[in-house]
Amino acid sequence: MHMDTPAIEAEGLRKRYGDTDALAGLDLTVAAGRVCALLGPNGAGKTTAVRILTTLLRPDAGRARVAGHDLLRHPDRVRAAIGLVGQHAAVDEVLGGRQNLVLFARLHHLPRRAARARADDLLERFGLADAAGRPVSTYSGGMRRRLDLAASLIVAPPVLFLDEPTTGLDPRGRSEVWDAVRALVADGATVLLTTQYLEEADQLADTVRVIAAGRVAAAGTPAQLKDDLGGDRVDVVLHRADELDRAATVIAAATGAAPAVDPAALRVSVAVTERVTALAAVLRALDAVGLRAADVAVRRPTLDEVFLHLTDTQKVTG
Amino acid sequence: MSSLSLAPRRLRWAVADTLVLTGRALDHWARQPAQVMVGLLFPVLLVLMFGYLFGGAMSVPGGGDYREFLLPGMFAMTMVFGVEASYAAVATDTARGVTDRFRSLPMARSAVVTGRAAADLVNSAAGLVVMLACGAAVGWRWHHGAAAAAAAVGLLLLLRLALIWVGIHLALVLRRPESVMVLQILVWPVGFTSNAFVAPESMPGWLAALAQWNPLSATVAACRELFGNPGWGGDSFAAQHAVILAVAWPLLLTAVFLPLSVRRYRRLSR
Repeated sequence: MHMDTPAIEAEGLRKRYGDTDALAGLDLTVAAGRVCALLGPNGAGKTTAVRILTTLLRPDAGRARVAGHDLLRHPDRVRAAIGLVGQHAAVDEVLGGRQNLVLFARLHHLPRRAARARADDLLERFGLADAAGRPVSTYSGGMRRRLDLAASLIVAPPVLFLDEPTTGLDPRGRSEVWDAVRALVADGATVLLTTQYLEEADQLADTVRVIAAGRVAAAGTPAQLKDDLGGDRVDVVLHRADELDRAATVIAAATGAAPAVDPAALRVSVAVTERVTALAAVLRALDAVGLRAADVAVRRPTLDEVFLHLTDTQKVTG
Repeated sequence: MSSLSLAPRRLRWAVADTLVLTGRALDHWARQPAQVMVGLLFPVLLVLMFGYLFGGAMSVPGGGDYREFLLPGMFAMTMVFGVEASYAAVATDTARGVTDRFRSLPMARSAVVTGRAAADLVNSAAGLVVMLACGAAVGWRWHHGAAAAAAAVGLLLLLRLALIWVGIHLALVLRRPESVMVLQILVWPVGFTSNAFVAPESMPGWLAALAQWNPLSATVAACRELFGNPGWGGDSFAAQHAVILAVAWPLLLTAVFLPLSVRRYRRLSR
């Protein structure tokens, strides 16, 4: 594949299930050697996009080229050029790790000896050599995921699809998988990964596409997206409901931003750019009018706020 | 690439991939010897139960030894039990995403089905060898020579082959490995509403008709005929044409369920 050709090019991909559009015209271009994250909540269409781009699902409309091959005309060539890590670790639980890799290598039509050698390489590389003979049912979640990754790298595919690769993993398993993905990218692979976590996109991706309702709602680098969202949030929890309005007015004046009020949680939230300065300003302002906070926290925006923000922006601009 | 060079390569891959997947099933058995033993010995247990516990109370139409009558029925039941293995294997692969991994590989797509079929036939052939030995141990014999006996074994495996498509189809429809319980229960009414354990003449009229036309009954009757074991006799069409029906039923089941399961596999990409 020529370096100038995008590794993934999709145009107007549509997929409908009954009355709902899983994909409502998805456009996507990923340059060779880059990591692109599809960020979105459950049901946004991320998995549908991955299943279409890996030939598992036929789109109702639209076209796509993966690794330079047309998805619909040459699915075999696409399959030979991609690796897929789905949401469930798609490995044989009964067999050992080594047996799994040899099996998948043989199904890639590697000769027996080459298949064994490749399996041993991959086991070594993913730190599974010691567990190679044990049945996969005895592996931890992180180990299973790594084996799953290894299984999709049998022929060192130039394009790799990772569908929520760390969902259900503990922090340690998550960082194991992240390290493995970084190593692949260092070797020149193109990666399309889906995730529900802003942090994961932040850790791994060069570019992020926020997916909502089956189409791209926003695109940019992780830094660009976070700037758009107004950075961190300061949460102030009050003691009484009748204090909320006054607190919101004071906080708006102190930060210059419009806060969101959650009456059920007795909470006022506001987006801030300089977290420490803003926190100090908020506390001083509350103190000046005699309001006492029950709790105060500084945190990253949640994915919900990302989507609220994006859909609000779309309403204004669209 | 010309289609001339492509066609033989495709065929070679289809065969090679089938062998790889058959080997995978053998690896499974090596990993789960206890499960394999239970599968092989369960029908033996049934022979002992029916042959010795119930056998004394059973009468064979036209006289004859009950165990000679029973064993061909148990051979066929062993083939029917195999449908559970086909179902469990395909449902587990589909539920765990292994089927999707196969579908994202540049392997021959047909091999997913043919590999399963080959593995299940090997497994059932092993089960049949155990049952033949068990039969010999409890006094069952074949009386019409090795060629006729081999033909009977062929009919049994033909029935098993037909049931593979039934198992694959059900697995792709239900997709839940736990639902194998439903099959484990259903094989019993199917087995008992046949001539495998008792003569259909001893049943109420409508049930007797059902039992006579049960595909399982055709294979059992044909085996009794070819092995030279006592049969249920009878002068119905089904009884008179057992061997023809023992070929026709599996072919019909295959003609229905093979296309259905291929269609189900295709629909995984909808």
